[in-house]
Amino acid sequence: MSISFKKPSILPGFWPAFSYTVLYLSLIVLIPLSAVFLKSVTSSWAHLWEVVTSPEVVASYKLSFGASLVAGLVSVVVGFLVAWVLVRYQFPGKALADALVDLPFALPTAVAGIALTTLYTEHGWLGRYLAPLGIKVAFTPLGVVVALTFIGLPFVVRSVQPVLADADAELEEAAASLGASRWQVFRLVIFPVVRPALLTGFALAFARALGEYGSVIFIAGNMPMKTEITPLLIVSKLEQYDYAGATAIAAVMLTASFLMLLAINALERRTRRFMVMG
Amino acid sequence: MATAAIEVPRKSEAGARAIRRDPPLVRWGLTVLALGALGAFIVLPLAAVFVQAFAKGVPAYLAAIREPDTLSAIKLSLLVAGVSVPLNVVFGVAAAWAIAKFQFKGKNVLVTLIDIPFAVSPVVSGLIFVLIFGAQGWFGEWLSDHDIRIVFAVPGIILATTFVTFPFVARELIPLMQSQGSDEEEAALTLGASGWQMFFKITLPNIRWGLLYGVVLCTARALGEFGAVSVVSGHIRGQTNTLPLHVEILYNEYNYSGAFAVASLLSVIAVITLTLKKFLEWKTKEGAK
Amino acid sequence: MKLTTILRYFVAAAVAGAAAFAGPVKLLNVSYDPTRELYQDINAAFAKQWKAKTGVDVEISQSHGGSSKQARSVIDGLPADVVTLGLAYDIDSIAEHARLLPANWQTRLPNNSTPYTSTIVFLVRHGNPKHVKDWDDLVRPGVAVIVPNPKSSGGARWAYLAAWGYALRKNNGDDRKAQEFVTRLYKNVPVLDSGARGSTTTFAQRGIGDVLLDWENEAFLALNELGKDKVEVVTPSVSILAEPPVAVVDKIAAKHGTAQVAKAYLEFLYSAEGQEIGARHYYRPRSPEVAARYAGRFTNVQFFTIDEVFGGWQKAQKRHFDDGGVFDQIYLKGR
Repeated sequence: MSISFKKPSILPGFWPAFSYTVLYLSLIVLIPLSAVFLKSVTSSWAHLWEVVTSPEVVASYKLSFGASLVAGLVSVVVGFLVAWVLVRYQFPGKALADALVDLPFALPTAVAGIALTTLYTEHGWLGRYLAPLGIKVAFTPLGVVVALTFIGLPFVVRSVQPVLADADAELEEAAASLGASRWQVFRLVIFPVVRPALLTGFALAFARALGEYGSVIFIAGNMPMKTEITPLLIVSKLEQYDYAGATAIAAVMLTASFLMLLAINALERRTRRFMVMG
Repeated sequence: MATAAIEVPRKSEAGARAIRRDPPLVRWGLTVLALGALGAFIVLPLAAVFVQAFAKGVPAYLAAIREPDTLSAIKLSLLVAGVSVPLNVVFGVAAAWAIAKFQFKGKNVLVTLIDIPFAVSPVVSGLIFVLIFGAQGWFGEWLSDHDIRIVFAVPGIILATTFVTFPFVARELIPLMQSQGSDEEEAALTLGASGWQMFFKITLPNIRWGLLYGVVLCTARALGEFGAVSVVSGHIRGQTNTLPLHVEILYNEYNYSGAFAVASLLSVIAVITLTLKKFLEWKTKEGAK
Repeated sequence: MKLTTILRYFVAAAVAGAAAFAGPVKLLNVSYDPTRELYQDINAAFAKQWKAKTGVDVEISQSHGGSSKQARSVIDGLPADVVTLGLAYDIDSIAEHARLLPANWQTRLPNNSTPYTSTIVFLVRHGNPKHVKDWDDLVRPGVAVIVPNPKSSGGARWAYLAAWGYALRKNNGDDRKAQEFVTRLYKNVPVLDSGARGSTTTFAQRGIGDVLLDWENEAFLALNELGKDKVEVVTPSVSILAEPPVAVVDKIAAKHGTAQVAKAYLEFLYSAEGQEIGARHYYRPRSPEVAARYAGRFTNVQFFTIDEVFGGWQKAQKRHFDDGGVFDQIYLKGR
């Protein structure tokens, strides 16, 4: 049985390492997560269906998925630009700029939320210049997008950067010597190389944005039907002692996250294959 | 004739190289755009934290940091990171060893499962431990009969933090160990090294920078986690408040400069983390060469 | 060395037999958001009194948060010896879902177990530029009202019910008109924070909105924090008598062996000294003597109670704030 399960190797320690991995994974992640599904089915299916399809919850899916999608797309555009500049150009302070990209990753989300709200309300540092233009950021879906973009940006930059840095210079040079214009080279040579990395970055940013809580609740304004994100509704259900309802919504989100992860890993495998072929 | 024939390809070769050097206008335009975006999205929020932290002057800043509740929050955050990071390091090394060095069925599923905590909403990450260890949870009665506190106490905070930071070390080590292959280890074994000798003399030195990098990321996240910890903490002042929770509390007490002072402490940790990370990246590259 | 310290911490935290440790008696008071400053003073005063009376040191820890969230934490195992929450429904929930105290808890202490009361008032910007004087001004177009989400905030539930009760009274008990009034009021709300403190920050720090609906004590605290040159308190003609109740969590206190001190702690709130401290923090005292002494602090308001108008918290909660209730419908219809 074990022979067909694992290819033989002269290296020791597979079984201890593998067993420990599976045990620890089960204890810390799988068993606790299964609690969500088991708790949600303590209620009747009709009730669960009613909860996960109630108008308020559906509106929150729309916001959470929609804002995550938009934030992911913005992160892709801005992230690609930042990665491009960091890889291709030399300018003073480049090392600093490069280091700062990861800040959203290391900064606690609550701090980020408070800081962003401070910036973007009507009287904030940035908000006061946007308000006369009729652009309201804080307490609108746009504010949610801003917070989620802040969270998502590093994922795109860090996915694209290494691919762009490793991209074969000779390919571009060959294309140019064959008479391709700058734009053609970008579109036909560079873009196809970074496309999988962009997709991975997008998927990571999207998945992370979907569950984000700390930074969003400060800036969202939490208006029912308009700016309530799904994780907030989970909390709201809990406060009404509706554990089954809370876990039902959580289960919907978990399933969505899991599908996203499967997609990410598939994409990463494709990227790797692409890199090997390239 | 002959000279002309040689000159043409030379010219186009130079022209082809130039394709990677964009015209100054494009170069500067894009650089300014990118830096502007970084500024608006990242530098400004950071600046806002520090400006507000020092809004009431340096003495007020120091007073906020030295307050006993702040100090106990710092201690708790360090304790939590001090337990959950080593746990995840041991797991990360074991998982990377099994996944990177061996071929077995279902490997892709295992890799995806390891990534799960990364995509779970922090709120859910906290909730699951309440469902299991809370008074109404699976083990609630047994725990309360035996006077063991998990949620609303330090163990719950450690569990939630461990869950959230679970994938970091493993995710860093798996690709690194995959790219290194196992030739060196196999050589060591053929030369008569024991399993542990091979691990400490060959594998560990090979992965040390990547490992450190994972530790740094994991620590930063462990110190900064808010949502999950908020659900399991119980918010008892001076006892179960971590640094990010303490920021929220100060903020809710209209002590804005205090809240931002503590937040700036977390930001400093973040910046130190990033500097360390840069250094380790550079070291990893050196090591790879 | 480091590892042993960590282990010791872990063990000390995991084994909760805190009362068994030699040293001071420990109490945990789980409370709602606005009472931070109040209980800081109460705890110090009570500890002094208890020490003088019994010679025993008492250490009181505080946990603050939204009232419902705190109740849920206690249900899930937060070891509160006493709870001092924003509304009776939340303590009812602890009795119902976790059976940590009897269902008749509210009869065990005087005045419905509410040692102090409060009400809902308006906080407006300096000079009252929008001329907000009473409830009717809140539904005028162009007046932005800041109030927290009643689903997560106790204070916001009192505010919602205060508005509803006012409209009922004005329209001779016409329920439909009351709903219309409250709907119009919430149309004027641009942000629903999750708690009272969040709303105050939105109003005061962020400069959003013209009126903040808030607990009376919170409004005066904000006034003192922000300065009288920034905001003013407007007291409406009619409002709800908000009764934030307190209770000993019997089962937990019994387990900790703190039942006696916990009871004394809550009784202290009713004492002259406790009432004084409450009044200083702008909670309306129950004691007539203390109330007379602090009469200058509080404007006269015509009060109605939740029992009179809504038939108690259980009914009010079910009809207005549960999922699918009137509050949800307001926002569904708004689309």
